[in-house]
Formats: sequence, structure tokens, C-alpha cells
Amino acid sequence: MRASEKIIEGLLWLSAVITILITIGIIWVLLSESIGFFQVVPLSEFLTEKEWTPLFADKKFGIMPLVAGTLLTTGVAIAVALPIGLTIAIYLNEYAHDRMRLVVKPLLEVLATIPTVVYGFFALTVVTPFLQTIIPSLAGFNALSAGIVMGIMIIPMISSLSEDAISSVPRSLREAAYGMGSTRLQTSFGVMVPAASSGIVVSVILAISRAVGETMIVAIAAGQQPRLTLNPLVPIETITTYIVQVSLGDVPRGSLEYKTIFAAGITLFVFTFALNNLSFWIKKKYQEKYD
Amino acid sequence: MTNSDINRLKDKAFHIFGIFCTFIGLVVLAIFLFDIVVEGVGRINWDFLTSLPSRRASRAGILTAWVGTLWILVLTTLIAFPLGVSAGVYLEEYAKKSRINNFLEINIANLAGVPSIIYGLLGLEIFVRQMRLGGSLLAGALTLSLLILPIIIVTTREAIKAVPRSIRDGSYALGASKWQTVWNQVLPASFGGILTGIILALSRAVGEAAPLIVIGALAYVPFTPSSPLDEFTVLPIQIFNWTSRPQEEFLTNAAAAIIILLIITFMLNGIAVYLRNRQQKKIKW
Repeated sequence: MRASEKIIEGLLWLSAVITILITIGIIWVLLSESIGFFQVVPLSEFLTEKEWTPLFADKKFGIMPLVAGTLLTTGVAIAVALPIGLTIAIYLNEYAHDRMRLVVKPLLEVLATIPTVVYGFFALTVVTPFLQTIIPSLAGFNALSAGIVMGIMIIPMISSLSEDAISSVPRSLREAAYGMGSTRLQTSFGVMVPAASSGIVVSVILAISRAVGETMIVAIAAGQQPRLTLNPLVPIETITTYIVQVSLGDVPRGSLEYKTIFAAGITLFVFTFALNNLSFWIKKKYQEKYD
Repeated sequence: MTNSDINRLKDKAFHIFGIFCTFIGLVVLAIFLFDIVVEGVGRINWDFLTSLPSRRASRAGILTAWVGTLWILVLTTLIAFPLGVSAGVYLEEYAKKSRINNFLEINIANLAGVPSIIYGLLGLEIFVRQMRLGGSLLAGALTLSLLILPIIIVTTREAIKAVPRSIRDGSYALGASKWQTVWNQVLPASFGGILTGIILALSRAVGEAAPLIVIGALAYVPFTPSSPLDEFTVLPIQIFNWTSRPQEEFLTNAAAAIIILLIITFMLNGIAVYLRNRQQKKIKW
């Protein structure tokens, strides 16, 4: 009896430890493949070269254009999702009736359940043609519509995390604001949002991390042309798109071109890892302020 | 106008802006869905569901894609379900507060934030190359299992956490061992919540294209897979392939395939929401 209990506990422990093996596996795979890359291409060139053309005859290995493309689509996405998401959070918390909240929240969550390849299709076939009627110079593939659609996708992420943060602000603070004769708007922006700021910041950081790693929308709608630009109207390429592009093609295993996807992957991993841990740190440091 | 009038006006304006923001996402969603249905619904017929892929848009079907998606769903469930629930049970019922368990928790939270395409690179190196599985269904299912493991662990823990202490104490008082208590009391009581989490995780897996493209799943597979070691394609990859072609007819095909994919996704989510609501109504601790 005792023995079987121990064995079961051991097996359960093992399944939990697998999660650590996954992390080790990710880091090991990314490092071991990109070490071969960095032996040929010095890190300084990787970080400072302004062109990324590993698949051309004249090979250049500067990650900056891919990083710029990633930051551009992410920037557009956050510019869409942050104001809308935060306004929704405030509206649902301070203005909407309970019944409204019960209906709207699950509907908004639907936005987060739609597969990203579907969003990519929307961006390419609906949003880009629509934007071209307003901005005639907009290219068929561009960062703008990919970013906008990505922003729509992450609205529920910002709105629900920010709403949680706002609703966990103690009632007394809100009532004190109302007691002083504040309107709902003044209460929201003068008291609630500042009090919930750490939670709101966390929601935005997680949204950025999500947008940086998003693949299919940008692979479909943003183009495959690495370009060091902040112009959202022209085709660009993100880190994730580049990995997809190489995976679709016939790049021989073990070649330098093949290793570039791991070098791109480790760059992406460093970004998201830093963002995620920044959000954990903020959460931990500020969450108990009102307890 | 006095100051308080102005403030009241601003308050009203923000109220309207709030309603606008809340509904703009939903309106855009409705436009998207409407557009997809208009474009694709006419293309869905029996032949479309039962035809192999083809270079001619009018003859191409999604048979290999949806069969592949079904295979992936089943295999991923078989791998991720036992693993994720065991890990969740360990962390919630067995793990004591220690540095290593604290590290486990941080690690799982971190894994949940790793982009799916990175899991693709992991799967490519470990499953496809080291384990020599090639671009097979098994390699794909293993990759997706790792991807959804953090989601399953987190929801399992939440479901178990909701089981009240008194049930465990009652079980121990009757002389049950730790595992007997977990197996006979805690797991049955939390099963609804666990199932909800699994289904939500699967609905995430079913829409994933990026990691499967990286491990080498193909866009063109001329046969339906018959074993876990066969090459495969899935609906999202088929949609991606059709969307990236210039011809208008392929976009229609993509729209039709999207309708099928959305039906599967919404069905899974619907089941999850239904289970959660039933669970909440049935059990009043």
C-alpha cells in the first residue's frame, strides 16, 4: 500500500517535472542550433547589419529589419488594442449594468478564440482592400492592416485583465471619490486607473508579448520583405514570418540558411521571455498594495 | 456652463465612447463572419468535404485537411490529458511550499507565454530529427501537446482548488489514503472543471498552424493519413496555403474551409461553456 502510494506520487511528480524539461529543451534547441550560426556570422554583424538576405546570393545577416517589422506590427496592434481595451474595462466596471457585463464579456472572449489564420484571411481580403480605398498608396501586403487585425484579436486580453485589475481596487477608494462629488469619469481616471495601474501595465506587457510572437496574421497579410522601416504602408517581414517562410521552402538541414531560423527563434524567445518576466515581476512587486 | 456641467458632459461623452468601444470589436467580428459566410458558404458541398487537394480550385477539397485535424485532436488529447492532469494534481495536492515547487510554478507561467512558433522549433529538433518521427501526425501531436500543457495544468489546478477542504477531510477520516482521496473524491468532484480546461486547450490546438508548418506538415498531401506516423495536413495549414495563392477561386475555397474550422472551434468552445455552466449550477458546496 505504502509503496504504490509512493510510486503514484513519483509519477505525478514526473509529469510536473516534464514542464521543466520543456523549458530546458527549448533553450537547448535554440542555443545549440544558433551557436553554429554565430560561429559563421559574428554577433556584432547580426545586431548591427541593416539587411537580412540569407536566402539570396548576396547574403547579409542583420536581424534589425526583422525586429523592426515585428515592432511595427506590434506597435500598430497595441495602438488599436490599448485604448479600446482599456475603455471597455472602465466602461464595464464603472458604467455598464451587471446584465450588460454578463452578455458582453463572453462575446468579447469569442474574439480571442478565433484561429489566427482566420484573422490573417480577414486582414488580407477585407481590411487591406478597405484601407486601400482610404489610403491609395497602401501596398497589398503591409504592416498596418496586419497590426490592426492583431489589435482586434488582443482587445479581450487587455480588457479582461485590466477589468480584473480595476475591479480589485477596494470599494472604499471609489466611494470616497464619489463622496467628494466626482463624476464616474473623474473617479475612473483620477482614482481607479491610477490605483489599478500595475495590473493594467501587466495586461499591456502580456499583450505586447503575444503580439510579438503572433505568426499567421503577419505571415499572411504583412508580406515577406525584410525592410528596416517604420512605414506601416509597405510590405515588411517579422521574425515569426521569416521562420514560416524558411519552413515552407526547401532549405537543406544543417545549412547556414537552416540555422538562421534558430537564430531568429532565439531573438524572439529573448523578447517574449523578458516581457513575460517583467510582467511577473511587476505583478509580484505591486499586487499586495491594498491587501 | 458651470464646471460641474462640463464635467457631467464629459462623463456622458465617455459613456457613449465606452459603448462605442465595446461594440466596435463585436461589429467588426460580425462583419468578418458575415463576409466569410457570404464568400464561402456556396462552396461547401459534399464533394468539397470528400475530395483530395488539387491544383484546380474547383476540384480541390478538404478531406485530407479535416481528417488530419481530427487525428491531431485525438492524439493530442491522448498525450496532453494524462500528462497535464497529473502535473496539475501534483502541484495542487502533493507539492509542498518549497523552492523547487515555486520554480515549477514560475516555469509553467513562463511556458504559457512562449510563442507557439518556438514550440514548432522545439518539435522540429526533438521529435522530427532526434526521435526521427519526420513530419508525422505523432510529431505534430507531441508538439501541440507541449504547447497546450501549461493551459491544462493551470485549469486543472483551478478546478481542484475549488473542491472544499471538508471533502478531503471526510475522506481521510474514513481511513482513505492520499491517492484514494484524490482518485475517489477530488478528481470526480473537479472533473467538470478539468474537462472544460481540456476542451478549451484543444480548441486552441485545433486552430494552430505555425508550429505545424515549422515541423514540416505539408500543404499538399495526396492521401488521408491512416497511422500516427503518416504525413499530414490540417485545416489551418490548408487555409493558409489557399489564402496565399493569387487566384480568386482559391480564396473562396479558403473561406469555405474557414467556415468548417470555425464550426469546429465554436463547437468546442460551446461544449466547454456548457460544461462550465452545468458544473456551476449542479454543485453548491
